[in-house]
Amino acid sequence: MSSQREIRLSGFGGQGLITAGIILADAAIKEGKHAVQTQSYGPEARGGASRAEVIISDAAIDYPKVKEPDVLLAMSKEACDKYLCELQKDGILIVDSYYVKEVPETEAKVFSLPITELAREELGRVIVANIVALGATVQVTGVVGKEALEAAVLDRVPPGTEDLNRQALAIGFQLGCEQLAK
Amino acid sequence: MATKELLKEYTRMDKLPHIWCPGCGHGIILGSVIRAIDRQKLDPNKTSVISGIGCSGRAPGYVKFDTLHTTHGRALAFATGVKLARPELNVIVLTGDGDCAAIGGNHLIHAARRNIDVTTVVFNNYIYGMTSGQYSPLTPHMKLATTAPYGNIDQSFDLCKLVTAAGATYVARGTVYHTQMLIGLIAEGIAHKGFSFIEVITHCPTYYGRRNKMGDAVDMLNWQKEHAIPVKAAAKLPPEKLKGKFVIGELHRSEGPEYTEEYQRIIDSLKRE
Amino acid sequence: MGKNEMEAVLMSGNEACVEGALLAGINFFAGYPITPSTEIAEGLARRLPRVGGKFIQMEDEIASMAAVAGAALAGAKAMTATSGPGFSLKQENIGFAAATEIPCVVVNVQRFGPSTGLPTSPSQADIMQARWGTHGDHPAIALMPASVQESLSLTITAFNLAEEFRTPVILLMDEIIGHMREGIVIPQKGEYVIKNRTKPTVPPEDYLPYAAGPNEVPPMANFGDGYRFHVTGLIHDETGFPRGRGSDGDYLVRRLINKVMSRLEEILMVEEIGMEDAELAVVACGPVARSAKKAIAMARELGIKAGLVRPITIWPFPEDAIKVAAKKVDAIIVPELNLGQMALEVERNACGDAPVYRLNRVDAELITPDEILAKIQEVK
Repeated sequence: MSSQREIRLSGFGGQGLITAGIILADAAIKEGKHAVQTQSYGPEARGGASRAEVIISDAAIDYPKVKEPDVLLAMSKEACDKYLCELQKDGILIVDSYYVKEVPETEAKVFSLPITELAREELGRVIVANIVALGATVQVTGVVGKEALEAAVLDRVPPGTEDLNRQALAIGFQLGCEQLAK
Repeated sequence: MATKELLKEYTRMDKLPHIWCPGCGHGIILGSVIRAIDRQKLDPNKTSVISGIGCSGRAPGYVKFDTLHTTHGRALAFATGVKLARPELNVIVLTGDGDCAAIGGNHLIHAARRNIDVTTVVFNNYIYGMTSGQYSPLTPHMKLATTAPYGNIDQSFDLCKLVTAAGATYVARGTVYHTQMLIGLIAEGIAHKGFSFIEVITHCPTYYGRRNKMGDAVDMLNWQKEHAIPVKAAAKLPPEKLKGKFVIGELHRSEGPEYTEEYQRIIDSLKRE
Repeated sequence: MGKNEMEAVLMSGNEACVEGALLAGINFFAGYPITPSTEIAEGLARRLPRVGGKFIQMEDEIASMAAVAGAALAGAKAMTATSGPGFSLKQENIGFAAATEIPCVVVNVQRFGPSTGLPTSPSQADIMQARWGTHGDHPAIALMPASVQESLSLTITAFNLAEEFRTPVILLMDEIIGHMREGIVIPQKGEYVIKNRTKPTVPPEDYLPYAAGPNEVPPMANFGDGYRFHVTGLIHDETGFPRGRGSDGDYLVRRLINKVMSRLEEILMVEEIGMEDAELAVVACGPVARSAKKAIAMARELGIKAGLVRPITIWPFPEDAIKVAAKKVDAIIVPELNLGQMALEVERNACGDAPVYRLNRVDAELITPDEILAKIQEVK
């Protein structure tokens, strides 16, 4: 079980979190690992809360759901409040500081990153905030390799947006590096 | 072809005599369909005749084609599958007023909307005959039926107007009295590319005529003769003269993209990609 | 890292079903949008015309099933996909296909019911409907995948069984398997078997469309091939025509059932884990079997010899596997996402040889390994 990582990507509908989950799982598959990606559906997938979950493991994955993730990405205050209690005690919490101004008390390792802010300021496109977030998440957690992640991003984004997404990913990696250095 | 030769060529002689009541008009419709098929020289090996449930539903069993007696109301949905899977087949649907206007009403309007190349012949005897006389969506207002013992308060459909509005590109109405005209209308429907619809006014002396005091089969045929107005004559008559009457002949014809050809166009365009 | 793992691609169960159908040679799909199965229709709407096949979105679920049967009669390998409410609507024409021996595949991505229920939540509550949903005695074959890979492979199997046995085959998926994504390997040509219906070898004038062949399965001509035969949902004799005789009904209904039940070895698929030395068996199917697999491993770490029996073929029910297990173990646990449907079959076949304990969830959540482990510890 030691090699199994469970990641929850949460926020609100429209932030591309399900796409991010698919890309992350795809990156793991590309590295020859096992991965299962699930998501929450329903009215909450449109505008309300949204979440995607990914399990990555060296061994076959039986139970496919994430109960207590060891990595939580929260791109909205609501998601942070709702899911933080389920995060493993020694887990990693990554929040988008644009939406989560104050991180609640937690024993988890916290990374508060200006994800949406940078997507807007550096790239002029909030729509790639999910890719910035993925880059940062992978950088600080190492759940998959950066090369595999980039390959998965380029496989899954609309044609013509490859450069934009490559830049978004680079910003995310950079963000993660800076935080780790701190 | 003489009747005897037609019978030999197109009917399953060992299945005759048919199950329809003495005096029933359904045999005349089936005979007209056979003559229309013969007139259009359809390849019997490439012709499928499909029905639903009810007295009309038994018609395909008597003819020597690929024949399919489906569930109640669904003949057009099965026919859509046959035609789309194998567009080179001639597909003819034989249905009744209850089968196609009530339980199958949704399939009727959507088959018309798609303009799929299927010829639909409705045996309209104004009643559910197989189950012995319940009112259908075509039973006229205040007529009697076992389920309308005090008179039918439902308003009835004008099926020809309905399918025209839904997108059918050939629409006609005939009667079993006007047999020669009927054969012509069905033949035109078969020849037409797209959804063709022929409503045939027929009679059920057993469960509709008797209860509604319309006399025997001959009286009911005479009723058809007296109440049918050819489309050209109807055009010259004021509305009050048409009250209680019905119009026969070709009622609508238009051109439109046919469904299976449209689909093939997609397949071809993808091939070129 | 094996070679296959290197070639794995990520996809959902619904997407894998589409791939499986295409590998099996599907050339006709009729459907109606319904959550959580819609991705299957969407996938085939994109892919079928590219391989010369046909996709049609019908006006309703009933029409979809009818169009599938019609297309299959015209020679197509045809499939439809739906979920609970749509599966209910299709039942009459599933019965028609069973009675008239039309090969076709019906995918039911089970969702939470009854009625509209919870459309985006999983369930296993259509197990009995897959067996008894349509009226009258009739054969039923239904398969339940537990992974995305199996969604692909069992879709191929479903087509093969349909063609082989001339009967509708139900792929009983669920929202979890349909929507979750996993890495799967798409098999290459030659790595899977494709079966096609047996065609008549006699000239049209000698063709008896419902005269049973050696396997009780009549050879099947296609509409348009010159055989000019009759198909009816009425009880018919070997000529295909109704004669209104009870004796024809007796012969037909028994033959329909027998053609399936006499060749169980070709239909039944069961996965067993740890049953060699098991003292306790968990009988689970679909995604619940994944939790059970983990629970069994956890139990063995605690020194409890638990085993798993997973019916992959849920209908016909793998009765012998249960009978053998019941003689061997001290207790059987049946976890399922309903209030006890497969448990009825397990209880019937355990014949009292082992007590059967149920574990049910109907709160739209998958039963967890911990819950199954707790039950194992409780009954041990």
